[in-house]
Amino acid sequence: MIKIITGKGRVDRRETMRYLGCYGVKCEDGLDAVLDECEKLILPALRPAACYALFDVKRTGDALDLGFAKTRSKALSKNLEGCGKIALFAATVGAETDRLIIKYEKLSPARALVLQALGAAAAECWCDDVNAQITAEHGETKPRFSCGYGDLPLELQREIFAALNVSKNLGVTLSENFFMTPTKSVTAIVGIK
Amino acid sequence: MTFSEKLKNSVVVFDGAMGTRLQSAGLPIGVPPEEWNLTRPEAVRAVHKSYLDAGADVILTNTFGANPFRFGDRTGEIVRSAVSVARQAVYGRTDKFIALDIGPTGKLLKPLGGLDFEQAVESYKQVVRAARGVDLVFIETMNDVYEAKAAVIAVKECCDLPIFVSCVFGEDGKTMTGATPETAVALFEGLGVAAVGVNCSLAPRQMRWVVERFLKCSSVPVTVKPNSGLPEISDGKTVYGLSSKDFCDDLLHLVKLGVRCVGGCCGTTPEHIARLASGARRIVPLPVTDKKLTVVSSYTHPVYFGGQPVLIGERINPTGRKRLKQAIAEGDKGYILNEAVTQAERGVHALDVNVGMPGVDESQVLPNTVCEIQAVTDLPLQIDTSDFTAMERAMRVYNGKPLVNSVNGKKESMRAVFPLVKKYGGAVIALTLDEDGIPADADGRIKIAKRIIETAKEYGLGKKDIIFDTLAMSVSADGNAANAALKSLEYIKKVLGANTSLGVSNISFGLPQRDFINSAFFAMALQAGLSAAIMNPLSAEMIKTYKSYMALCGADENCLAYIDYVSDVQADGAAAATKQTAETDGDLKYCIVKGLKSEAAEKAKKLLEVLEPLEVIDGYIIPALDETGEDFENKKAYLPQLLMSAEAASAAFEEVKRSLKGEANPKKLKIVLATVKGDVHDIGKNIVKTLLENYGFKVNDLGRDVPPESIVEAVKADSAQLCGLSALMTTTVPNMQSAIDLLRSDCPDCKIIVGGAVLTREYAEQMGADAYGRDAMATVRFAEYLERKL
Repeated sequence: MIKIITGKGRVDRRETMRYLGCYGVKCEDGLDAVLDECEKLILPALRPAACYALFDVKRTGDALDLGFAKTRSKALSKNLEGCGKIALFAATVGAETDRLIIKYEKLSPARALVLQALGAAAAECWCDDVNAQITAEHGETKPRFSCGYGDLPLELQREIFAALNVSKNLGVTLSENFFMTPTKSVTAIVGIK
Repeated sequence: MTFSEKLKNSVVVFDGAMGTRLQSAGLPIGVPPEEWNLTRPEAVRAVHKSYLDAGADVILTNTFGANPFRFGDRTGEIVRSAVSVARQAVYGRTDKFIALDIGPTGKLLKPLGGLDFEQAVESYKQVVRAARGVDLVFIETMNDVYEAKAAVIAVKECCDLPIFVSCVFGEDGKTMTGATPETAVALFEGLGVAAVGVNCSLAPRQMRWVVERFLKCSSVPVTVKPNSGLPEISDGKTVYGLSSKDFCDDLLHLVKLGVRCVGGCCGTTPEHIARLASGARRIVPLPVTDKKLTVVSSYTHPVYFGGQPVLIGERINPTGRKRLKQAIAEGDKGYILNEAVTQAERGVHALDVNVGMPGVDESQVLPNTVCEIQAVTDLPLQIDTSDFTAMERAMRVYNGKPLVNSVNGKKESMRAVFPLVKKYGGAVIALTLDEDGIPADADGRIKIAKRIIETAKEYGLGKKDIIFDTLAMSVSADGNAANAALKSLEYIKKVLGANTSLGVSNISFGLPQRDFINSAFFAMALQAGLSAAIMNPLSAEMIKTYKSYMALCGADENCLAYIDYVSDVQADGAAAATKQTAETDGDLKYCIVKGLKSEAAEKAKKLLEVLEPLEVIDGYIIPALDETGEDFENKKAYLPQLLMSAEAASAAFEEVKRSLKGEANPKKLKIVLATVKGDVHDIGKNIVKTLLENYGFKVNDLGRDVPPESIVEAVKADSAQLCGLSALMTTTVPNMQSAIDLLRSDCPDCKIIVGGAVLTREYAEQMGADAYGRDAMATVRFAEYLERKL
């Protein structure tokens, strides 16, 4: 059973600074003003949506039966130690964020950069909210794990998209090279302890 | 009975879900339901029959995901088998119909994704051509109205079947790409579809306000196919799935409000459809009425004519504008896009786009410019050209229902333009002139207007599709010019009942202080019934007149908009005064280092009064860039600050350019940049481009997802001495390697620099690149090094 949820968009300023490579730096020289300006632009454009479903998981060494697909991954297997179930989710902050970034790529490279960082931070915040929802419903979870982390193959994205019907439920599309569009989208596996 | 007769006279009941039914019959998760058209046709046929037995009037072929992107060469076979299975199911039954089901391609169109508009059209055509023997085409579950437009055009170019278009709307009343119900109605009604509506995404009760908005503005039947209400949690509240009774009660309520076509999406079963069919039969359908709306749209919102006067920004038109002419000739998109954004910020409702000038191939440049402008503004555009090929191409790729400028009373013009408006949808500006020129008096212009209305009718276009421009001519040449335009305008608006527009600024041609005359004429025209003004929104006089008129004519409740406007003007005045004092501190170099864009432009302008352009570049701009560049390299400044400086430098350069008057580019090195095939992350490459241009290098940016062959082609064509390649992800690094290999064999003299998140110096060397772009400044340094060696 796939659940679809929507939520309110938010961004984390510290996380944004980290994406900008300015972590721990005192903001000055107009940087704060640009961040404020871009935050005002992006907040109304955020339209967070997610879908998720639970699956039984079986581990035999590095071999994993995730319920929706079989794969091999040492890192994920270690992450899922002691878990009988996983929640699989896909989350996006929507297409309007991309539209905003594309607009400023053509008009202002500085703002495009800041909006990229804000968008990435917003997607992470939204994943935190989705994870919190899963925790509230199903109990404590392991740190979320995505394709491309460690040795978990990117190719698994194809199975994830099919299992959650991501394109139909969220409008997110997957390219042959496993890029998601809208770009500020995440899929992840969360072990349930 | 034909399907069109059925649609005209009754509520039409469609079937329910296919995919979930096949899954309960054993289709494994992950296997496309369309495969079963070939391997398990009896199971597909059984689902069709169950819906027909339940009372559905129309079944949808099992082709939702059948497109060349998923099935390649097998698409035709899949579609043909699906249609054949559906025909077997309806065999022997009367008044049952088959709809070819068309879903999204699974790819996003440019600029959001990588799919080209024409590629989308072509892929849909493959599906439609394979479907012989269906009664209608049902385009559904569309998240992006642009993709749906591509599908409609594909169908129209293959057959004359009735077309349904149904989009997915969220609870916020928008599609994923931001379109409202009113936008969908404007766009698809313009394209001539048989019905428009909403499916999937929501349960019927949640859909109600979206559906009501459809009913309010649609002149064609509205179709609704909700989900059965899968369990979901919205803002922390859990909403459970609906029983078939609740589903039908809610949906039939929408039928009572005027919905004419109903069915089910995800999770619905024959039980849902049986209840729906028996309920729908007891409801007398409400008639579908013509809402008589004159409307255009962008991809997010519509603009209506006939209510609040519509302002159309006139500034993207090279006539009499030297800097814009230069920008069009040089393909300088930045300048044009800034013109678009600046006008949008001044509050216009639509933008005129005209790129017609000698030496420019409008049929290429106009559609490209339209796409570029749509990437930076969501305002509807007015496609302004007398080149009919350019007009057609621009109307086709335009994301929305365009405003077209223009047709006139000449037979040749009407013959060329009206079929385009019929095919692509649009509202068209009609100039009241004909083969004999512009009539001097109002009567002559009215006669032409009447003739245009008559002729439009022959093409299936109504009065609501036409906006009459009664032609403001120079009052300095003919003292009666304003009277003739206004008298005919008033008659057309008040007696003929059609909408009107004027290119207001033409009236003052040849006179000093044109704004004075323009704004007075504008007020007179508004009073005479002007629906839309093509005007200069940067003129304070024009905006003052507009705001004052709105307050005076009762369209501005409690004069709130007027008061807002005045306080903005006062605040701007105060801000300008403060800026004056700030400007006295620091020189151009300081402004660039600090990233103060408008201040940098001002300083440059002042310096250029006393210094040569090259002195400004070498004495101020380059040293400032070097300073920030070094700060960045020494970790004293960060990337956003580096880019803010770059933008300030660009603004200063823009001023320098004005005084350079076509002097040769001092840098000899020519550079090609590309993000390699398969990679769509190009922010790093864009940053590098910005900085290189700042340093005066000529850069040909090929964009993202560029195949090796195109890179080599561009390097050869430009005789480029440096090629920069970027890749962000491990999956696309092999494509970078093939680009390098091809460059090495075909362009051995070209140096190669590579960069991107996954690369390292060692990796770059391994791939055979000449240099590794560690950060944004590294490429600039390498380019400077090569320039010195030239």
